[in-house]
Amino acid sequence: MTATLDAALPTDPLPTDDVDPFSHEVLEDPLPMHAALREAGPLVHLTKYDLYAMARYGEVHAALVDWQQFQSAAGVGMSNFKKEKPWRPPSLLLEADPPRHDAPRRVLQKVLSPRSLRRLRDGWLADADALVDEVLATQDEFDAVPVLAEAFPLRVFPDAVGIGTDGRDKLLPYGDHAFNAFGPANDLVEKGAPRVAELSTWVNAQCARDALTDNGFGAQIWAASDRGDITPEQAPLVVRSLLTAGVDTTVHGISAVLYAMATNPDQWQRLRETPSLARVAFDEAVRWESPVQTFFRTATTDVRVGNHVVPEGHKILMFLASANRDPRRWTNPDAFDLSRDPSGHVGFGMGIHQCVGQHVARLEAEALMLALARRVRTLELAGPTRRHHNNTLRAWESIPLRVFLD
Amino acid sequence: MFSHPLRECSVGHTGCAHDDGMTATVPLAASAGADVATLRVIGKTVVAEDVMTLELAAPSGGRLRDWTPGSHIDLRLPNGMTRQYSLCGDRWDPTTYRVGVLREPAGHGGSAFVHDELSVGDVVGVAGPRNNFPLVPSDSYLFVAGGIGITPLLPMIAQADLLGADWRLLYGGRRRASMAFLDELEAYGDRVLIRPQDEHGLLDLAGYLGEPRPGVRIYACGPSPLLAAMEAGCAGWPAHTLRTERFVADETGAAVRTTPFEVELARTGATVTVTPDMTILDALGQVGVEVLTSCRRGVCGTCETTVLAGRPDHRDALLDDDERDTADFMYVCVSRCTTDRLVLDL
Repeated sequence: MTATLDAALPTDPLPTDDVDPFSHEVLEDPLPMHAALREAGPLVHLTKYDLYAMARYGEVHAALVDWQQFQSAAGVGMSNFKKEKPWRPPSLLLEADPPRHDAPRRVLQKVLSPRSLRRLRDGWLADADALVDEVLATQDEFDAVPVLAEAFPLRVFPDAVGIGTDGRDKLLPYGDHAFNAFGPANDLVEKGAPRVAELSTWVNAQCARDALTDNGFGAQIWAASDRGDITPEQAPLVVRSLLTAGVDTTVHGISAVLYAMATNPDQWQRLRETPSLARVAFDEAVRWESPVQTFFRTATTDVRVGNHVVPEGHKILMFLASANRDPRRWTNPDAFDLSRDPSGHVGFGMGIHQCVGQHVARLEAEALMLALARRVRTLELAGPTRRHHNNTLRAWESIPLRVFLD
Repeated sequence: MFSHPLRECSVGHTGCAHDDGMTATVPLAASAGADVATLRVIGKTVVAEDVMTLELAAPSGGRLRDWTPGSHIDLRLPNGMTRQYSLCGDRWDPTTYRVGVLREPAGHGGSAFVHDELSVGDVVGVAGPRNNFPLVPSDSYLFVAGGIGITPLLPMIAQADLLGADWRLLYGGRRRASMAFLDELEAYGDRVLIRPQDEHGLLDLAGYLGEPRPGVRIYACGPSPLLAAMEAGCAGWPAHTLRTERFVADETGAAVRTTPFEVELARTGATVTVTPDMTILDALGQVGVEVLTSCRRGVCGTCETTVLAGRPDHRDALLDDDERDTADFMYVCVSRCTTDRLVLDL
């Protein structure tokens, strides 16, 4: 529970932890750190980066919805934009507060609303069937990350945005770097640095009006600028948000549900029996795995959290993934369970910055899961899996799968 | 305030005074939706001749649904009428809404009820906020308010000022004493022109607007003759310069029910009764039918459910007014039903 600071209230000593949440050891398996931070208290001081951190559901949820006290315009990564120059012009959505956030959010929310997506549904269901048929026609063992989790979003999403066909292989590395850049300037950021200029130039070029087809999400964003709902200067940056945040996240979410199903065969059978659970399955996987693990906020005033105070101007690291497995909120949180109601998980965030593309991600995942459920009787891991490390994302490099068809 | 009441209802409010001590921290108790769709009157103040403001808050005292300048809410009044009012408070206060209400002698009694009957402590059903009149980005704004039409413009002005935009307000009314919020506008100094008709005559729109020029956004709200004059006056300006919201006469609308209704689940084959103290989502949970949700406040759209028969009473903050007549889907976390029976594709 957060509240404006009341000087009369006592404060408890703040628990501290010297863990580096962005070390390779933690990125390989963050669950023990999450548990330790949750147990330490509602607010913990991370000494390595002089950061405040929240790992419990209640505090994370409350901070996410409280844009008044926890701002985004100072950046939602570790870097404070009021003190350091961002690596690219800030996002008009993710890295903005009201009132500047209002118009871009309104426009994009309309373009990506469940109503607008209805016209895409049949096509995406057919695309998923086609992809699954292609894959299963030639192989019963394959790496699910490139073959399904990356292939399907890359097949449908860039077309829906309306970008050209050349250079789409740059989308994943661009997103990977953007999400690394929310963390500290560690080796993961360094690894991406050599391609930043090339990738940014390409992505920015795709956002221009004449680079976009005339009927996709991109064209609809430009049309909003014709009506004056956003400015012509804002339109390409709103398109950029789609290209940055709309690919890697969905890929890792689909990887998560595929891994979950491969390791929980009883849940796969449930889905087979009740295909209408496909959407629940995806959201449960987003809760369970939390493809977006963390985001930062900055305190706009001295903010009370539990019996502690986050001083004005300080960064707060919110562990969405930890909140999504907080036993204070979830029964048996480590289980991937389709009988659970995953509603209210914070894997897409919450409040005014909640993932504006969540309905797109759900539709992509639902289409792919329905296509697989139609043909695959059982699936299992066919070899050792390998994680992909990213400062913000929980990701797989490789998920070898073996499938048995009907 | 700007009451542009569109609906008048024959039955009382549907909400329940739901206060289960739920905290804002873990808002996932079953009826989270009810806590933002049913609010309590916590303040009532006369601010001008025939104009009052109401302050509304959740029974739990928790956060209300976020809003943007230009938004309005529907009030489901305890006398069964529904009226729309623009929000004119401070969006940085997450727990309070403020609306302004003009007494309309020629209306059907909604505004009279608010003025004469509604009391601090009373509970009203709320739908929205929704925004058909959003403030779009610009470096330069001209605002024109007629009478109670000042209400949606108040938060716009605060925002334009906050952003350092170049802005002016021309505010007309019958006479000074009938014009609300003059005290709040005083702080803006000579950016604001107060023009009561009995002192200044009709508004000099041509002189105020000046020559057509690019990059300006003009916002006008007030009675129809004023907006017609604005449309004529802005004819020579670039397209999309003028944005207006019309004061709609107090008129009759659909009934909102306060009695239980039946929800039939076409695919499951079950039927469940939704009582006034529960949401449809709660009722579905009781028969083991899960609908994926996220915010449970009618803002995210995750729980969109197809409606096969019956008439939804949309209480979300997603649909625009022109989408609200739709009967083919609804957001079941907060929305209800105006008919005896609702058939969902579940």
